[in-house]
Formats: sequence, C-alpha cells, structure tokens
Amino acid sequence: MKMQNIWFIMKREFSGYFATPVAYVFIIIFLLLTGFSTFYVGNFFERGEADLYPFFSMHPWLYILLIPAISMRLWAEERKSGSIELLMTLPVSVFEAVLGKFFAAWAFTGLALLLNFPLWITVNYLGNPDNGVILASFLGSLLMAGGFLSIGSCISAITKNQVIAFVISLVISLIFVLAGFGIVIDFFAGWAPQTLVDVISSFSFLTHFDAISKGVIDLRDMLYFISLIAIWLFANALIVNARKAD
Amino acid sequence: MTLRIEIDDLAKHFGAIKAVDGVSFSVSKGEVLGFLGPNGAGKSTTMKMITGFLAPTRGTVRVCGYDVLKDPISVKAHLGYLPEGAPAYADMTPDSFLHFIAEIRGIKGADKKRAVASAAERARITTVMFQPIETLSKGYKRRVGLAQSILHNPPVLILDEPTDGLDPNQKHEVRTLINEMAEDKAIIISTHILEEVHALCTRNVVIANGKVRFDGTPQELESKSRYYHAVCVNVANIEQQAFETFLSSLDFVANVEKLSGEDGFRVYPKDGRQITAELSEKIRGNGWDIDALHAEHGRLDEVFRSITLPNAESSK
Repeated sequence: MKMQNIWFIMKREFSGYFATPVAYVFIIIFLLLTGFSTFYVGNFFERGEADLYPFFSMHPWLYILLIPAISMRLWAEERKSGSIELLMTLPVSVFEAVLGKFFAAWAFTGLALLLNFPLWITVNYLGNPDNGVILASFLGSLLMAGGFLSIGSCISAITKNQVIAFVISLVISLIFVLAGFGIVIDFFAGWAPQTLVDVISSFSFLTHFDAISKGVIDLRDMLYFISLIAIWLFANALIVNARKAD
Repeated sequence: MTLRIEIDDLAKHFGAIKAVDGVSFSVSKGEVLGFLGPNGAGKSTTMKMITGFLAPTRGTVRVCGYDVLKDPISVKAHLGYLPEGAPAYADMTPDSFLHFIAEIRGIKGADKKRAVASAAERARITTVMFQPIETLSKGYKRRVGLAQSILHNPPVLILDEPTDGLDPNQKHEVRTLINEMAEDKAIIISTHILEEVHALCTRNVVIANGKVRFDGTPQELESKSRYYHAVCVNVANIEQQAFETFLSSLDFVANVEKLSGEDGFRVYPKDGRQITAELSEKIRGNGWDIDALHAEHGRLDEVFRSITLPNAESSK
C-alpha cells in the first residue's frame, strides 16, 4: 500500500467536490440544518447551558440525510462515466483507490463540520464551556461521519446510478442509527435468535454516539466506529474488484 | 527483437458467452499490431485483460515479463492504455487531469511538468489545457485520453480505437503520432477502420467470435484477397474480344474478367505472382497501345469479410 497514491487520489477527489456547485450547495444546506437543529430542535438558548450538546446530539440524524449525498458519487459516477477503467489500469491498488476516495469524502465532511465554528465562538462568548468536551465531541462526530461515509462509499460501488446509491445508503444508515430503537428490535425479535437481536442493538450508532456527544470518549465506542469503517471499506474494495467491469 | 507482450490461451467467458476463447499472440518492440475484428469479436475484452482491468477465465498475459495476475501493478506501470471511448474525469481540465496521471505514475517535480507539457504537445491539446474536459469536442477528448496514455513514455501502448470518431485531419495526426512512437514501443491498436492496416500496422491479428482467425503482416492479409496482384488493363487499338482471347492465352494468367462499367479487363495471375511488367511487355510486343494499366492491391474489406464471416466464403 503506497501512502502517496492514497494522497494523490484523495487530492483529486477532494478538488472534484469543488469543481461543481455541489460542494457549496451541500455546505450551505449543512450549515442551515445544523443551525436550525441546534436552535429550534435542540433549544440551544432555552437550555441555558454553555455547551454544544444540542449541536452534536442532532448529528446522527443530519448525517443520515446528508452523508449519502456526499458518498453517492464516489464509485457510482466512476462506473457510469467509465473512468473506473482508467483508474483501475493505473498502477494503484484497489485498496489505495478506496481509501483515497474515502478520505477525500471524510475531509470534505470535516470541512463542513469545521465551518460551524461560529457556534463555538457564540458559546464561548456567552459562557465558559468546557472546550475539551467540545473538541472530544467534534472528533467523535467526525468519527461517526466516517462510519456513515464508509457505508455510503461501499453502497456507491454496487450501482452506476447515484440516486440508487443515495437511497440505499440512506436506508442502511437509518437502520444503523435506529438499530437500538424499539421498532427495529421488535422486527427482529419475532424470528431472530436473541444473540442476533443483542448484536443488532449493540450496532446502533446512537448507542455509541450518545456518550461521545457528551464528550466522553470511550475506547470501545471508538473501536466500534473504526472497525465499522474498516469492514465497510473492505467490502467496498471487494465490490469494486468484482463489479468494476460490469 | 524483445518480446513485450505475451498472450497465451487467453479466454474470458461471461456465463455461457465466450467473449474471448483461447487467444494467443505476442508483440515485440517496434511492432504496431493492428487488432482487427467486427464489433463484439472480443477486441476490447482482450485489451481489458491485457491491461489488468478484467480477470481472465483462463490463460496468461505477460507485459515486459510481468504476469498480469501475479504482479498487476508492475504490468500497469509498464503500459499506457487508452480505453474505448477515452474516459476521463469530465469536470477536470486536461492540465489538472494530466498532472494527476503524472503523480499517480510516480513522476515528480520538474519531470512532471516536462512530461505533461510533452504529452500535451504530442497529442496536440496545448490550446485546450485549461478548459473542462466535458466541454471539449470528441476529437479533443480522444486526444486527452491519448496524452494520458503516453505521458510516462511507456514501453507498451494499448489503444482501443484511438481514431474512432475523429475527422480525417485528426486521424492523420493521431496516426503520425503513433508512427513516431512505434520504433521503441510495442503497440496494440484495435480498429475496424481497414485503411489503418496500411497507415499504421506492421502486423495484424484478426479475431472473430473470440478466436484468432489471422496473424500476419498487412501484405499477407492482402494476399488472401482474390484481387491480390490482379492487373486491370485496356488497350486502344484492338477489338475487346480479340484482346480477351489474347490475355487468356498467356501462360502466367489464371483468369480474365471483363471490367464492369468500362472497357478493359481484370487479369488474375497464377500463384499470386506479380505480372504487371510481363503483361505490359507482351502487349507492347504485339504493337498495341496500352490505354490503362494498373496493378490492384488486395481488397481488405473482402478479406475481412471472408475471415470473420466463415459463411460468406461459401456463399460467394
């Protein structure tokens, strides 16, 4: 695995976001939604506390909708335009390509997340928040975004159609967020063995993000997201290999 | 001659469809191999397997000694590839696209600049370097793809229909470029434009239904034509009937055929010999004025048909 190749692919992919208005539209909508959810849904002011919990706690729900929009193009577009034939006949391995694209999408998400800095300034102006907690939550949210992105990237490789990639990624992301919720558990509890039900509920993003959004970084939560990313990206590489020429 | 591409018993089956079925040939340095065949014959599939994009069902491909299954990265590093339709990143400019390719190909610093400039120069895209590729005409897009494939000066070049969709001037430029590079590279070009057999190739492989039907020089390909070395001739001052009788009586003539639509005859030689000089001598020996005399080349379209459509031969 050559780090340089990952970097070159990431660079190309990242600037690809800005070659069209997509990046700007996305960032603006992301900022509008985070602002809306923080102030209206999360009651930022009414809570009267100097922290960004209302901001971070909404992230799983925002990501369900927005991350698939970032990830849908990663492989679907490449397959549709045929440029995958070019990419896969350059001297790069499929893992380098998968990682390069994933990191580009992740960096883009990180940028969008960072652009929420006025909120951080606001909360520091109004009170004395624990900035360590905010930093931890920020990193945790970014890690969770990586989880969503790895799902989206993998799904994007199974189809040439970006809309299909978007919809399927959204549904799977939703399942991963809701896995801890009653309806999902009930759906499986009827026929699946108890161990499977337990596994499913422990797979919920919400379960693992809840502590993080309060600034508590537990090694197990981090490990959960990292291994989730690794598994989805591994599957992503296998799918690209198997379906690149279809 | 150094062997650069060795293909042995290569096959690709998609379910029951045998797209490529046991293809073997090799290409040496200095050769331009014209890969001919009707649409769907397996040309592109074979090229995709040589470049490591598609895994073969069976058989081996070696490029510069590297096995494409065991060491795909080394194979890819040693070849330049223009896929069918010249796909590229549409929202990039040729400049940033070529820089990306150079980086991935491991070309750094000043060399990178030089490689991009030289490839752009040779592919003649210097005037469009800063326009998004999606806004370029088909001809320019094709040449951007060509620039990409020659950027790292690879010892092996695989070009899938490099002149498809180009106008005659652009075709000429691309052919000139390929001829310029031919000397120190091994090149495979797929095409169904038969004039390129002469304009470009030192050797031809014709495939149909996934199998090699012909492997030889363009001359050998032509010699399979019944028109090969035939001579069209007409004289002014003698009756057609008598002239035909005279032509038929010559010992090196196999057959004489009246030309349709004009005066004169097409004379087929025995054993594919070259008979132009002999024939004109005999005619002049009789004191006749030669009105027209020209030797024919083989007709490639006819050869192509008879090779790729086995049924056409019997029905002819």
